Amino acid sequence: MIRDITIGQYYQTKSVIHELDPRVKLMGTMVFIISLFFGKSIWMYLAVTVFLAAVIKLSRVPLKFIVKGLKAVLILIIFSAAFNLFLTDGEVVVRLWKLKITKEGIYQAVFMVIRLMYLIMGSSLMTLTTTPNNLTDALEKSLGFLKVIKVPVHEIAMIMSIALRFIPILIEETDKIMKAQMARGADFENGNLIKRAKAMVPVLVPLFISAFRRANELAMAMEARCYHGSEGRTKMKPLKYNRRDRIAYAVLAVYLCGIAALNIYMGGRII
Amino acid sequence: MSIIVDKISYTYEIGTGFERQALKEVSCVIEKGEFIGLIGHTGSGKSTFIQHLNGLVRATSGSIYYDGQDIYDKDYNMRELRSKVGLVFQYPEHQLFETDIFKDVCFGPKNLGLTKADVELRAFEALRLVGLDESLYYQSPFDLSGGQKRRVAIAGVLAMKPEVLILDEPTAGLDPKGRDDILDCVKALQQETGITVILVSHSMEDVAKYVGRIMVMNDGMLMFNGTPKEIFSHYRELEEIGLAAPQVTYIMNDLKNAGLDVDVSAITVDEAKASILKALGRN
Amino acid sequence: MGIVRTENLTFEYIRRDEEGNVEGITTAVDNVNLDLQAGQFIAILGHNGSGKSTLAKHFNALVSPTEGTVWVDGMDTRDDAKTLDIRQTAGMVFQNPDNQIICTLVEEEVGFGPENIGVPTDEIWLRVEESLKAVGMYQFRKASPNKLSGGQKQRVAIAGIVAMKPKCIILDEPTAMLDPSGRKEVISVLHELNKRENVTIILITHYMEEVIDADRVFVMDDGKIVLSGTPREIFSQAEYLKRLRLDVPQVTELAYELKQAGIPLPDGILTKEELTAALTAFKG
Repeated sequence: MIRDITIGQYYQTKSVIHELDPRVKLMGTMVFIISLFFGKSIWMYLAVTVFLAAVIKLSRVPLKFIVKGLKAVLILIIFSAAFNLFLTDGEVVVRLWKLKITKEGIYQAVFMVIRLMYLIMGSSLMTLTTTPNNLTDALEKSLGFLKVIKVPVHEIAMIMSIALRFIPILIEETDKIMKAQMARGADFENGNLIKRAKAMVPVLVPLFISAFRRANELAMAMEARCYHGSEGRTKMKPLKYNRRDRIAYAVLAVYLCGIAALNIYMGGRII
Repeated sequence: MSIIVDKISYTYEIGTGFERQALKEVSCVIEKGEFIGLIGHTGSGKSTFIQHLNGLVRATSGSIYYDGQDIYDKDYNMRELRSKVGLVFQYPEHQLFETDIFKDVCFGPKNLGLTKADVELRAFEALRLVGLDESLYYQSPFDLSGGQKRRVAIAGVLAMKPEVLILDEPTAGLDPKGRDDILDCVKALQQETGITVILVSHSMEDVAKYVGRIMVMNDGMLMFNGTPKEIFSHYRELEEIGLAAPQVTYIMNDLKNAGLDVDVSAITVDEAKASILKALGRN
Repeated sequence: MGIVRTENLTFEYIRRDEEGNVEGITTAVDNVNLDLQAGQFIAILGHNGSGKSTLAKHFNALVSPTEGTVWVDGMDTRDDAKTLDIRQTAGMVFQNPDNQIICTLVEEEVGFGPENIGVPTDEIWLRVEESLKAVGMYQFRKASPNKLSGGQKQRVAIAGIVAMKPKCIILDEPTAMLDPSGRKEVISVLHELNKRENVTIILITHYMEEVIDADRVFVMDDGKIVLSGTPREIFSQAEYLKRLRLDVPQVTELAYELKQAGIPLPDGILTKEELTAALTAFKG
């Protein structure tokens, strides 16, 4: 159940995408998200799908694994689909009691679901192919300019990378604590919302205690290994652009221009 | 009561590409009142196996009968099974959550829907069984020492009045005295209440000293199942799967090879002492 | 002067109740005087709560003494300017392997320490390779630490310290959460490092079998050092150790029991070979 969450995990394998500079992947994810919200023509969605499919194929991460990540946000997707389906004005197709479904609503809902799904898939692809440390480095370097206005970029990036490392550990721990409380007769599956929320107390209290204990121990272990912020710190893997990164940037530029051109050509039409 | 495990298999994460078979056709019978030691190296399937016994994990194939009833029957009451088969996980003190010890121990019986008086009676009894000093009952569990916390956690399971108590490495991380105290307490408990105990342990010395039967797991399979003496006579095979016999078994074998007429099946210090003294003509 | 030396070291902390009122003062380390020699394999034994972990944290400047002084390689641990040098000289490995691993790749984890002390990139790679080879984990350099066994994780943690080229490694119950084969892995790696690289090892533990091959053993109780000597000297005192909530290895216990029954055996037998030899010699 709770082990299904794959967001933020790293999938270890060798692929072109894995080896790209993390800054390229960061930029790529941003470009991809922007392209998702560009227009609403079917041709555009087709282009986006082809692009996403190609990158997934290149990444060698099994599709199943990426799709699994969607489970965690399934409710969100269903909600936004429902909102769009029932609350969009336009040409009425079906009327159910007080609700009406419009042709525009159907389009909107379908597009919204696709957008959200692709958004999650695209961003989990980034975390699946980039180690948290690499990702942190990329963020630190790309946002380095913020240091001028005293934003602790390095510290924020370090916190993020540690959080990502501890997600699987805490998930496993939650699973364990839930099982242990179930062995003492706790029931997480039955009852109304309030009862279920109350049932979580015996899980959340130990989980918080353990998270704090871990945080404490980790901080001490980091200190013991001479960690003292970014000052005087060197990099084991300094970021350097390669030929393949420049090619990737070029591909991204072509992709973005292509999508933009397609949208201008289509005007506001769907087909 | 008895538990019959019939050819259960369990496969992890089916359909994710990370599939791994954790249990392979495990069969065994656990009789009432037995004290069983379950041994095997990390990843041998012990933890998965014990979670099957109280229904926390459902076998991919095979069946388990508790008191003659199939626990995978549609209308079988799984929650009742969980109260009958008490499972104490590793580092159980990490699951304590209440503001005082007594309340924490009440959690289990409360979930069974008993009256307040019954719940409290059971909590008292459980805390008495684990030998915790009465002056501590209304203190925060988080102020206790490691060994005491663990007792409280075990009491939390005992308060469910289980017929079978499964302990997953109850001595992990404790100092030698703490280890002996916990195991002595479990032994006393078993003799006093007649409860069936399954002890998962890495310490062959402890297993040899306390249990009546040993089950050895390796690679998801039940490899050996017999009395401690039988099991430890296979010490060479045990070594091959990353386990060992108690140190005295090796000593006795060495002594035998050195020409001393000792009993090589001795597995505890007391047995070894008696046998050596006898061989030296000193009894 | 030894690699780690303490003089009248005392550490106290104030216990408070829920409202923050002072309940009392606990003396975790009580007037400890130690002089640990470089290049030795040193073990510190003690039951849970005997103060051994607090003592160890002083050697890494994670804790500052309430009274007395600690010198690591001649540096006073209270001198803030020396903190980083001290931590580099005396590296520390902790009990829970999961809570001390910071990175998501083994090689990055080992590189973390050298990065912090400003080692140039090329040299970090060299050090990572050397240290992973020293603990026998080089083939796992591209793996995620989450996928390793407990013993392997602790070996990675040790490599992370070795990569900082310390003169001394302090290990605070590194095997408490491991299974027997994991424990063996870690202890044999420590002996290797001690012999081959001449690194001083300070092992804190309550597993008796782990200290048999140590050069020197200290036993702590109630914040004080109550026994010190070679393993043989320590294990000759089976009774006293049991009173300290400790134990002796099974061989030693058996020898002790036989001696009590009137068999004239030497004190502090540590291995089964010694016992066999002594018994056959007695039988004649």
